[in-house]
Amino acid sequence: MTVLFGIFLLTLLLITAVAIVRARNLFVAVMLMGIASLLIAASFLLLDAADVALTEAAVGAGVSTVLFLSALSITSERERASSSRPLISLAVVTAAALIVIYSTFDKPRFGDPEAPVHSHVSPWYIEKTEEYMEIPNMVTAVLGSFRGYDTLGEVFVVLVAGIGVLFLLSGGPGFDSGKSPPPWAKAGLRHYLIPRVAGRLLIPFILLLGLYIQFHGEYGPGGGFQAGAIIAAAVILYALLEGEQNALKVLPRPVLIGLMAGGAILYGAVGVLGILMGGNFLDYSVLAADSVKGQQRGILLIEAGVGMTVTGVLLSIFHSFAARRR
Amino acid sequence: MNPLAAQMPALQVIVPMLMAPFVLLLPRGLSWAAAAAASLLAFGIAAQLTATVIDSGPVAYQMGSWPAPYGIELSVDALSALLLLVVTGASSLALVGGRASLAAAVGEDREHYFYAAWLLALAGLAGIAVSADAFNIFVFMEISSLASYVLVAGGPDRRALPAVFKYLIMGTVGATFYLIGIGLIYMMTGTLNLADMELRIAEVADKEPILAAAGFITVGLALKAAIFPLHVWLPNAYTYAPHIATAFLAACATKVSLYVLLRFDFFVFQQNLSGHAFQFAAYLMPLAILGILVGSGVAMFERNVKRLLAFSSVAQIGYIMLGASLVSIGGLTAATLHLFNHALAKGGLFLAIAALAPLAAGLRLKDMGGMARQAPWTFAAFVVAGLSLIGIPGTAGFVSKWYLVSAAMALGAPGIALIGVVVLGSLMAVVYVWRIVESACFGEPPENPARSAAVPRPLGAAIWTAALANVYFGIAPGLPLRLSSSAAATLLGHVPA
Repeated sequence: MTVLFGIFLLTLLLITAVAIVRARNLFVAVMLMGIASLLIAASFLLLDAADVALTEAAVGAGVSTVLFLSALSITSERERASSSRPLISLAVVTAAALIVIYSTFDKPRFGDPEAPVHSHVSPWYIEKTEEYMEIPNMVTAVLGSFRGYDTLGEVFVVLVAGIGVLFLLSGGPGFDSGKSPPPWAKAGLRHYLIPRVAGRLLIPFILLLGLYIQFHGEYGPGGGFQAGAIIAAAVILYALLEGEQNALKVLPRPVLIGLMAGGAILYGAVGVLGILMGGNFLDYSVLAADSVKGQQRGILLIEAGVGMTVTGVLLSIFHSFAARRR
Repeated sequence: MNPLAAQMPALQVIVPMLMAPFVLLLPRGLSWAAAAAASLLAFGIAAQLTATVIDSGPVAYQMGSWPAPYGIELSVDALSALLLLVVTGASSLALVGGRASLAAAVGEDREHYFYAAWLLALAGLAGIAVSADAFNIFVFMEISSLASYVLVAGGPDRRALPAVFKYLIMGTVGATFYLIGIGLIYMMTGTLNLADMELRIAEVADKEPILAAAGFITVGLALKAAIFPLHVWLPNAYTYAPHIATAFLAACATKVSLYVLLRFDFFVFQQNLSGHAFQFAAYLMPLAILGILVGSGVAMFERNVKRLLAFSSVAQIGYIMLGASLVSIGGLTAATLHLFNHALAKGGLFLAIAALAPLAAGLRLKDMGGMARQAPWTFAAFVVAGLSLIGIPGTAGFVSKWYLVSAAMALGAPGIALIGVVVLGSLMAVVYVWRIVESACFGEPPENPARSAAVPRPLGAAIWTAALANVYFGIAPGLPLRLSSSAAATLLGHVPA
């Protein structure tokens, strides 16, 4: 049944992908990308990877669609005729695909308990998560602590992406910070009653869901990345309904930059605290007298840092695009 | 060993990395100072680590105190120490000298974003150099790549944007190939730690997924390292980036990808894949030779000075690959030594370009007229670094080419052909360096005389530090030679005799 459903989802994904490549209208392409992300998220869920499915749904289908649309609003909706040679690209992509298919000929059977991924490091994680951290979600244990340095790196990937967009969009030709915002930026969809009423009802619940996912990450699927994306989505919804300027009144740019930098600093500071307390970098065991408490405290703090940076970066990017609208 | 010394491998990465968010929060006027201080501190840490490696061998570090392969391991050996010196040294020299030049290129209102990105590029490159974990290398590759796109996009010329877009697409394809390769290896071995991977891959070597993974990883990294013919993103990215950023990236960015390539091919695949040494040599040697000849050839006819030097980089990457593709102690010593020496030469040349650029708008060869008279000291340093690029005795470039020639000599008859390529490449380098010198010494000065001939003091000092380093390491190559022969022995220790 899983296999059948998987084939169904992947076939749909393939059709969507071809449609995205062929679409000349960029608005259509963005909408199709959202669908593709949702299909990928469903495939992840089918493989029991609830954490990544949640991330893909929140970021891929949710926030990035909004960001693409903001980008579209400062450029043209229709794709210009491409100057690249599609046949060469097609040949390269086909060759790469054939190699990937070739490489699956000798892979371990799907779900094989003897497969190397299930028999080498995984048993250790399963056993030690309970012993060292006493939390049920092993994914959070691996991401937050066992491989917490990678997650620190990912936070800085998000940070540098934010820095890049702010750098490119804040300055250079075409930038005029003194320009007064267009009237719709102040009003948003205020005159459309139905989206406004429905949206206002939704926002508190979205925020609550975000906070739940943030702080429940140790027990169920979730964590800072997903929570940050969801909270950012709630604020973006507010901006769309009430006007971008009003959203900026709630969370002004300096606050967003502070969130962006502060989250990364918080994560790093927890790591440095490990060194100061006599352990290695990102060793949470030394953060409390009881090493299990220390691990839990460390994971809670770094997840908060992740959430802050992701929220700050996504909202900063959104506002940067909005500020450049024609 | 005191506790702080044991933390050096982690501090190497986190000092520049954590300074980046602070740069965003600090008052604008302090961003340059904070970035330069963090970079100099990172250089100090690199020097300290190098001393430790020379005294007592490789240093290992367990992130979060979790044992490998469950946690992430860092490990610094001679090869990583050499690379760390190059990365942190290039960043420090460029930052110390580059304040005025960067302020002109980037604009003061968005400078703090630029310096934060610079620190993250530095942290990313250093993070790759110290990591002993395949996925961790990918994470830091992402940080360094995204940050270097920002650095290139900071160029004042609008053409920087299409150049950086091409760089971004190519870089992403390269990183994705690397990730596909890691995924396939993880599927077959269940581990991400490089040392553990080397042991566990033996059982499954020569199965389809591992072979495909070796292909994906090698091609992906070759793309990021700009190995001919996958270099197409490089010339424009170097040409339109701010000059100081070009000096930093040209000195070390592609080298770090080369480093990962060497590490993967020699540590993980060499011992396990049958016929790997032969295939490595058979595929990469022709590309290295073509890279040397085509890169130098294009440089000989290029009119823009920065692009000329960029094509010369393609050729120099060819020399490094030529040494590596000999798969011998001598060849690998020459390759790693050239990695260090080329960084000195090209870093010095691009720093000098940054000083000369205000005098020669456009930086075409014909704009260089009269440069030798207007800025004699800077131009003299440019010539010294240029001589090192050619490989004139008494400069660093000569030492590595000498080792390359001796390594080729050991091959016997086929080696003669390789020596011919090296000599021909060096003669072509004489031509393209001479074209710049000729127009600077004998060319007509431009109609409108220079706005200001004064080179900022710190920049002049940075240029001369680089130029003198080229001479110093040409006469006393002890330190890099020691590191690179030790690196070659470690790399080759993984080759069955």
